[in-house]
Amino acid sequence: MSNLYEVLPSVSEDDVPVRKVTIRVNGESLSAVVEPRLLLAHLLRQGFKLTGTHTGCDTSNCGACTVLLDGQPVKSCTMFAVQADGHDVMTIEGLAGPSELHALQEGFKEEHGLQCGFCTPGMMMTSKALLDENPNPTEDEIRWALSGNLCRCTGYQNIVKAVMWAATKLQDQ
Amino acid sequence: MIKLRFASPEMLVDINDLPGLDYLRRDDDGMLHIGALCRHGALERSSLLATHQPTMASAAPLVADPIVRNRGTLVGSLCHADPQGDWASVMASLDGSVVAQGPNGRRTVLVKEFVRGPFQTVLAVDEIVVEAVVPAPQGQAAGGYLKLERRVGDFATAGVAVSIDRTGNKVTRAGIALTGVGGSTISADDAAQLLVGQPLGAEVIGEAAELAAQAAQPFSDHRGSESFKRQVVRVFTSRILSRLLGSEEEAA
Repeated sequence: MSNLYEVLPSVSEDDVPVRKVTIRVNGESLSAVVEPRLLLAHLLRQGFKLTGTHTGCDTSNCGACTVLLDGQPVKSCTMFAVQADGHDVMTIEGLAGPSELHALQEGFKEEHGLQCGFCTPGMMMTSKALLDENPNPTEDEIRWALSGNLCRCTGYQNIVKAVMWAATKLQDQ
Repeated sequence: MIKLRFASPEMLVDINDLPGLDYLRRDDDGMLHIGALCRHGALERSSLLATHQPTMASAAPLVADPIVRNRGTLVGSLCHADPQGDWASVMASLDGSVVAQGPNGRRTVLVKEFVRGPFQTVLAVDEIVVEAVVPAPQGQAAGGYLKLERRVGDFATAGVAVSIDRTGNKVTRAGIALTGVGGSTISADDAAQLLVGQPLGAEVIGEAAELAAQAAQPFSDHRGSESFKRQVVRVFTSRILSRLLGSEEEAA
């Protein structure tokens, strides 16, 4: 179990309120003792060492921290870790095993859907939820679904192509 | 609010796991009830709204962005009382209310009277809002919501909510409210009142749009000048009403 809270110098360790959370992360039940104020993104990154989830803006704008909560994309920088207690969370690490690529990861590679890569985990998680719900989306539907994920490099063209590539591949399987 | 250091609560109570609050329901008489945990995304996908409540149906896809819409709620947005909030304008234009519950029971407060200023409401510290309600339309409900934003998820440069009820082609009730052009949501009551008691027409639409623009109290900032924002209000009011005029002619 991770013990994840920093103790500020002015308070004794006993004064810091903590909660135990148990979250099913990428299919595995993980527990941690956290301060109630800890954000889900920080628990994932610092507590569970799943650093694929990025924190970009920290204000719900950019979507780099997007993970799936019970299958739905959410911005993990705007949720407390304790709110995920008892729920299912999927991060970019859960898309495929260590020696394989998910169709989305393959699509982003084939269509050059990234440049710096910072937004990519969020792009892929939002796209995963889209394809789960709508396996054959139009370009407009992809752009609409990804409108809460910002990319400052690509101009989005190749990201959209990558998602279409993945949709085709998943349908052919 | 906490991240921006606007609020430093000693304790937060998460209501997300409370059962039975995620409903969207329509009574037989046409009144709508939106539970405190009904997400923006559920409203966006609702066939009930698409059929019966056009102002809400057109606003739902414009709230924040698709990911935020999975978590955010209409009631939460009303309680947040951000002058840039879309739902406060929509609900004000519909003469909607919130139902607050506290130790002494429930009370119903009109949205127009609920919001007191930026991030301020009349809610007492020991009350929570359990649902929002929209009264049954007086005739056929029509309306729309338009918002100008620099990109998806940005605060509104300006937004306009219009709701009218019609019997035949005569307007029986009207509401117009403005987003992001003042210190709180603005009800353009003079503009709305002008529409009541007659059919829509080009002349009355132009006058109502002018009154709505006069009701706006925008500030010049990086999203645009005061006069630009007023012009956006004028154009949006006119555009929504003109579409309703068009739909009326198509139906006839």
